[in-house]
Amino acid sequence: MTASWNRIPQVEHAAEVELAHRGRPLPPGTPRPLLAHGLGRSYGDVCLNPGATLLHTPGLDRFVAFDAATGRITAEAGLSLDALLRFAVPRGWFPPVVPGTRFVTLGGAVANDVHGKNHHQAGSFGDHVLGLTLRRSNGQALEVTREASPDWFAATVGGLGLTGLIETVTLQLMPVRSGWMRAWSQRFDSLDAFWELNAQAEREWPYTVAWIDCLNPGPNGRVGRGIYGAARHAATAPVRGDYRERRRSIPLDPPVSLVNRLTLRAFNHIYYRQPVHATPRAVHHQPWLFPLDAIRHWNRIYGHQGFYQYQCVLPPHAARDGVQALLDAIAASGQGSFLAVLKTFGDRPAPGMLSFPRPGATLALDFPEKGRDTERLFARLDAIVQEAGGALYPAKDARMPAEVFRQGFPGWEAFAEYVDPEFSSGFWRRVTA
Amino acid sequence: MNPMNNVVLFGATSAIATAVARELVDTGARLFCVARDGDALEALLADLRVRADDPEGNRILGARADLADIDGHAALWQQAQEALGEVDSVLLAWGTLPDQAACNASVDATLQAIHVNGTSAIALLGRIAPDFEARGRGVIAAIGSVAGDRGRQSNYAYGTAKGMLAIYLQGLRNRLFFSGVDVVTLKPGFVRTPMTEGLNRAGALWAEPETVARGIVRAMRRGRDVAYLPGKWWVIMTIIRLIPEYLFKRLKL
Repeated sequence: MTASWNRIPQVEHAAEVELAHRGRPLPPGTPRPLLAHGLGRSYGDVCLNPGATLLHTPGLDRFVAFDAATGRITAEAGLSLDALLRFAVPRGWFPPVVPGTRFVTLGGAVANDVHGKNHHQAGSFGDHVLGLTLRRSNGQALEVTREASPDWFAATVGGLGLTGLIETVTLQLMPVRSGWMRAWSQRFDSLDAFWELNAQAEREWPYTVAWIDCLNPGPNGRVGRGIYGAARHAATAPVRGDYRERRRSIPLDPPVSLVNRLTLRAFNHIYYRQPVHATPRAVHHQPWLFPLDAIRHWNRIYGHQGFYQYQCVLPPHAARDGVQALLDAIAASGQGSFLAVLKTFGDRPAPGMLSFPRPGATLALDFPEKGRDTERLFARLDAIVQEAGGALYPAKDARMPAEVFRQGFPGWEAFAEYVDPEFSSGFWRRVTA
Repeated sequence: MNPMNNVVLFGATSAIATAVARELVDTGARLFCVARDGDALEALLADLRVRADDPEGNRILGARADLADIDGHAALWQQAQEALGEVDSVLLAWGTLPDQAACNASVDATLQAIHVNGTSAIALLGRIAPDFEARGRGVIAAIGSVAGDRGRQSNYAYGTAKGMLAIYLQGLRNRLFFSGVDVVTLKPGFVRTPMTEGLNRAGALWAEPETVARGIVRAMRRGRDVAYLPGKWWVIMTIIRLIPEYLFKRLKL
């Protein structure tokens, strides 16, 4: 049974087809609608198509062309960022935007217009896509480029895989000197301190992110203490040379979730007490950009019942009060999050009609599935987000009400014109029904 | 260790052979790839050329051919040798997984399955072997299957072809031993490839093509005689081979 990373919802598909070659007609004779599914790292039902057909894309993992002089690369949409990095980094190139895991496909990165810790400088993934090929159910293969077909481009970037099957992606890579970074980190004891630190750091550092302890209050009595980190690509590798990721794995599903009030409080406390390094030092890009990738199957710690991600963005004018209100509401509910991540987006307008990144601050949290308690908490958080004029991230959603989606993505009706009549997803049916 | 610098891959667009090709490209090998489907071959060559930093196609070469057409083998082998100069290794990797029920209903389907998976490979081996024998070095490898170790009702047309291929390779190994050529029989277990799509592929017995490919390259370099891939299949197949026939015929495997 194919599921998404958080294992909610658990659904059955009528058919699942593994695509092996680009340029072929969409598989005939399987129940419509269709939906492409890459490595299943999104949360919720944006990558699921209950009762219909999933097209698995990881077999579409070929490079098509690479220009070593300009860093332009074309590859099939099922190629993972992991494979791209293994190719590009030794040649002095890097994807200009990477999300928090490298186990996503190019197609998934386009369809969700993913962002990274450098959004304030680099924008989102779609900002670096030069073109793509899109297979439509009417048999057409559209060559979509930013210049020649801006409408299809804006619909497909961030288009949740609904405009057709993305077969290839052309990406502009950025030059790097090595696979290493220079990074520093610092504790802050309140959200006010975060905002101050962030304003300074963002001016100089391309990658920034903060982790928030959402269970233990700071000295001002309010939740909001945390650890701030910033990094940039390093000019040289340190003398000690190669990096080898120490991989661990959660081997099986624990019978009950290992995430509960006690372990969360302890984890958050210990995490806050980790050593910080105020002076920049050499860190390999893997642990800095993809810390959880070192733990294979980390989603298993929540047990088979799964968990939720809640990621929202709040516009700049409402960000300070809104983030504090969200954290207060979570603290009051007694439900905490392992990894509460806070970061600010830059002002660059997003390339896609349904792109999630927009000016403001984004907060991402994960919560164990606790039935009604979780629902009540999310309703409270939704109200804060809606009042602030914010939005929730479709790629991390298994439950947002349709009106929250429509308010956060007012372009959805214009976008719907571009949806392929034979493509859909569980998410799309849920928020447009 | 056998050098693998100039390698011919027959059936190069199969998932396992593609993974082998990527593995070899990273070691700097020159490749000649043969496949039946022209579009898939072009896509593979483009992929390998990017990985090899070879946009001009000097290192990564190929030709389209239907390997079931044994009349074309001699010219094809000639072409591969001319393209690469000296060929130090070949891998035979084409095949299909026939529908046993269809084979039960049709003698023609059975013979066709045996031709594609067995006889045609033997025909090509017969063309290649004298050149290796004359040169006195190199490695010839072919992908058989654990299915060739024992006939089972669920896929014995395929098993017959792969079993026949294994016996032929055994004889060829014996013959070429005296001229210093290694002949490697590769026996993958269950592999997640398009060939096995539609089967239930959950569980610990299923391997990824990349894992099997690493095992293939290792076995060819070391000149192994027979390599089960992954290695645990040697244990499984030893047990399966030891089951007495009077019991085995009653099993539903």
